[in-house]
Amino acid sequence: MTAEAAQHLEAFLQRVPYIRFLGMQAELAGDEMTAILPPSEHLIGNTFIPALHGGVIGAFLEMTALAQLSVAEPARRLPKTIDVTIEYLRPGRGGLTSYARADLRKVGRRIANVHVEAWQEDRDKPFAALRGHFLLRD
Amino acid sequence: MSEVPEVFRLIAERMVEVTPQAKALGLKFVSVAPARGCLEAPWREDLVGDPETGVIASGVVTTLLDHTCGLAMAAAAGAEPFSTATLDLRIDYMRAAAPRTGVTCEAHCYKITRSIGFVRAEAWDVDRSDLVATAQAAFVVNRLTPELASAVAARNASLGGGEA
Repeated sequence: MTAEAAQHLEAFLQRVPYIRFLGMQAELAGDEMTAILPPSEHLIGNTFIPALHGGVIGAFLEMTALAQLSVAEPARRLPKTIDVTIEYLRPGRGGLTSYARADLRKVGRRIANVHVEAWQEDRDKPFAALRGHFLLRD
Repeated sequence: MSEVPEVFRLIAERMVEVTPQAKALGLKFVSVAPARGCLEAPWREDLVGDPETGVIASGVVTTLLDHTCGLAMAAAAGAEPFSTATLDLRIDYMRAAAPRTGVTCEAHCYKITRSIGFVRAEAWDVDRSDLVATAQAAFVVNRLTPELASAVAARNASLGGGEA
């Protein structure tokens, strides 16, 4: 099961061109996935701090939710995002690696509710969070 | 508020030409007016979110919405130097964009106070009356001290970079 889930995750990451554009990766420990976003110049939104672009942070959190859903629901097609609320807690520093984990709060027949949190150096100091609804498709 | 569009235009052009993520996405300047901005994200093969359909990734739309909201903030703040940071961003995705089609976004900062700006944005692919996504955002306004403002200006002049 774990090998199958890992395969599924890898296939998801490879299949989506935009995930390769971001440079996003993921690691799986059992059924717990950690998404990883290595620092890169092209992800910067504010060169003065420098900080990750707010849109990149939102996209990273959303892709983390979709990746975790692909692990949990391997038989289904790519879910569609219905809505997301992104909370920005502190700047995402441009020179650091970002990590994110998704919590599937509810996976129903058609709708999933997912919470995601992202951090950099300290897991207890998240820099952004997302809550979202996703439409599951057979 | 008269004769401001030229200033806004310069800010807007810098926001798409200098911000690394905006450059990487190939964002294009469409228009700017007091408290309003409009940008476009052209379709590109490497920005696709679902290879089965060739539809642009929702993550690109997220960044376009955030960036255009930032432009509306800049166009609402007037001449006083400031910087902004996104506080929260809520996005509704009404439908997928058409395959192999770019997305255009218009944002309106309908209220700005000393410390917070409130912005709404709409994104569409072909027809403005058939939206792909809407957003509602709040931004923190950091008014720059004269010292910090001149430091930013000096740095921008030397590097040709840096977003307000």
